[in-house]
Amino acid sequence: MLRNGPDAFGWATILLHWAIALLIAGLLVLGYVMTRPDIDPVLQFDLFQWHKSFGFTALGLCIIRVLWWLANRHPAAVAGLSVRERRASFIVHILLLCLTLSVPVTGWALASTSTLDIPSFYFNLVVIPPLPLAKSAVAEALWTTAHAVLAYGLAGLVLLHAAAALHHHFIRRDAVLVRMLHNRWRDG
Amino acid sequence: MSARLTTLTAILISLAGLVAHPALSEAKAPTLDDAAGRYDIEGSSQINFKVGQVGGGGISGKFTKFTGTFQLDSSDIGKSIVEFALYPETVQTGEARIENFLRSTAVFDSANYPKIVFRSTKITRTGEDTAEIEGNLTAKGTTRTEHFDATLTKWNRRVIGFHIQGGVYRTRYNMSVGIPIYSNVVEFDMLVNGQKH
Repeated sequence: MLRNGPDAFGWATILLHWAIALLIAGLLVLGYVMTRPDIDPVLQFDLFQWHKSFGFTALGLCIIRVLWWLANRHPAAVAGLSVRERRASFIVHILLLCLTLSVPVTGWALASTSTLDIPSFYFNLVVIPPLPLAKSAVAEALWTTAHAVLAYGLAGLVLLHAAAALHHHFIRRDAVLVRMLHNRWRDG
Repeated sequence: MSARLTTLTAILISLAGLVAHPALSEAKAPTLDDAAGRYDIEGSSQINFKVGQVGGGGISGKFTKFTGTFQLDSSDIGKSIVEFALYPETVQTGEARIENFLRSTAVFDSANYPKIVFRSTKITRTGEDTAEIEGNLTAKGTTRTEHFDATLTKWNRRVIGFHIQGGVYRTRYNMSVGIPIYSNVVEFDMLVNGQKH
C-alpha cells in the first residue's frame, strides 16, 4: 500500500524516510570532510559540488515528505506509549521535518550569497538559480554559521531519533522501528 | 607577428605613399629600419583573462607581473620572435579565495611552477593590421602549441602595441578542475605594449 494505513506506514513514507536518512548521513559526512582545512583543493571543489547536488536532492525529497506527511493520515501510535512519550515523539518529528527543510535552504542561501559566485549545477545537468539574496562576505558568513549549526543540530536529533527507535525495538520490543522497515498491509 | 606586419605594412605604406594614400602613411609611418629591433614588453600592458561559467558570467582576472620581448627582424620575418613570461602568483580576480585556489596545486601550482612561458614559432599575417601568432606555451610543466590573434593598435618610432586574443584549453595543462561548471577555455584578452631598445 502506497498510502499510510490506520496503524502502518505506506511505502511512500517508508521510501522517503530511508532515502532522506541516507542523504542526511551522506551529506553530514561530505560536509565535514569537505571543510577540513588541509584537504586537496581539487577534491574539495568536487566534494562541494556533490554536496550541493545531493543537498538539493534532499531538499526536494523533504518538501515531498512534508507534503505527504500533511496529506496523509498518521498511523496510530503503538500501544504502551504514555502521553508524555507521544508528545515528545511528536515534537521531535516536527523538529526533524523543520530541520530537514531549513538545513538545505540555509545551504542554498550560503551558496547564493557567497562572493565565490560558484553556480549550482545540479549533477552537471541543470543550473539551479541562486536565491534572491545580496552577495557579501557578511551574508555568506552568517548563512554558513546557520547552515553548520542547524546541520549539527539535525545530526544530534537524528541520533536521538535513531536511539529511540533502537530502544523501542530492543528494549521495549514494540513495532516502532519495524513498521518503518516494511509495510505489513502490502497484501491487504 | 610584429616583424611580418611591420615588413608588409612598411612595404604597403611605401607603395601607398608613392601612389595614393599619403594620409595613411603619415598615421603609421615607420620605415622598415625604424620598426626593426628589439622591444621590451612594458608594465603598462594588460594581461586579462576570463573563464566562462555555466549560466553566464565567469571568472575574470589579470596577471600583474610579466616580462617579454618582441625581436623584429627586418631581413627575415621568420626570424622574428615574441617571447613572453608571466608569473601566475600575481593573478588578481577580486576574490582572495579564488586567487589562492588558482595559485594552488588545483590550477597553476605556482609554488612549483612559478612561470608560464610563451615563445612564438610562426607568425602569419592575416589582414591589413592583423596576424596570427603560433608558439609554444609552457605551463605547469607541460608544453603545447597555441595560437593567438594579434591586431596592431599602436605604432610609432619608440613604441609598438598589439591587442592579442586567444583561447587556451586548460585541460592540456593539467588544470581541468571545475569543468563543466567552468569552461575548459581560458580566453585571453591582452593589450601588449613594447618599448623599443
